[in-house]
Amino acid sequence: MQTETKANVDKSVGASGQPVTILRFIGDISSTSRDAVLGTYQNLPEADRARILLDFSKVEYINSSGIALIIQMLLAASKSDQIIRAFGLTPHFQKVFTMVGITKYTSLFPDEGTAKASF
Amino acid sequence: MVLATNATVEVRLPSRLGFEKVAMGTAASVARLMGFSEDRVEDLKTAIAEACINAMEHGNKFNEALPVAIVLTIHDTSLEVRVVDKGTGPDHPVPPPDIDRKMHGEEPARGLGMFLIQSLVDEVEWVRGSPNGDNYMRLVIRLDKERLDKASQ
Repeated sequence: MQTETKANVDKSVGASGQPVTILRFIGDISSTSRDAVLGTYQNLPEADRARILLDFSKVEYINSSGIALIIQMLLAASKSDQIIRAFGLTPHFQKVFTMVGITKYTSLFPDEGTAKASF
Repeated sequence: MVLATNATVEVRLPSRLGFEKVAMGTAASVARLMGFSEDRVEDLKTAIAEACINAMEHGNKFNEALPVAIVLTIHDTSLEVRVVDKGTGPDHPVPPPDIDRKMHGEEPARGLGMFLIQSLVDEVEWVRGSPNGDNYMRLVIRLDKERLDKASQ
């Protein structure tokens, strides 16, 4: 019943010219998404983890277990001074992320262009 | 569409993750028929998903033979949802999540479901020992005044 989560990794460049790694999620983000979310992050080469963008534009359903996976990723990143930002969340999930307090630890952008420009 | 007050819609789900999406879709359809705005429909979908997941996990211990029932009752100015499982409800109040503690590894990253439910609907209560012996979580989401004025014109 749950849609499998896929995560594609793209490399790009921020406005400062620094490399940015984009994790593009497709499908649901729930308790079954651990490998796609945390596994993809953990398998990135160290050099590709300095600046990460999370692309939620093809995600329709995120539940509390999925949000917990994002928190775990942010926690791991904060220990290594990595920067993670996000874009493509629907207005509803922007509200939910704000309610939970995640926006204290990451920034949400409406689209990829503004998100990349922030780096 | 004119909806009969106290009309009910009922869905029964196996206690398997993923089936909460059936309840979300059903509740969204009913809420749209009642005239709820899309942002409130999204609030309701998330709250019902979390209530169903709690019922499957904590109430029915993921025993797929035990159903989770979702009963949607249409009232004049609100939609009432009962999420029924075979559990007895939480033993103690669930504290709100603390993102700072989570981000310092001082509390588990999980434990957000009840907070989301309480934040997204207008009323939440756990009902034990109803007349028919059910225990359930009761959620209420109200039509806002603007919608009511529009509907009455």
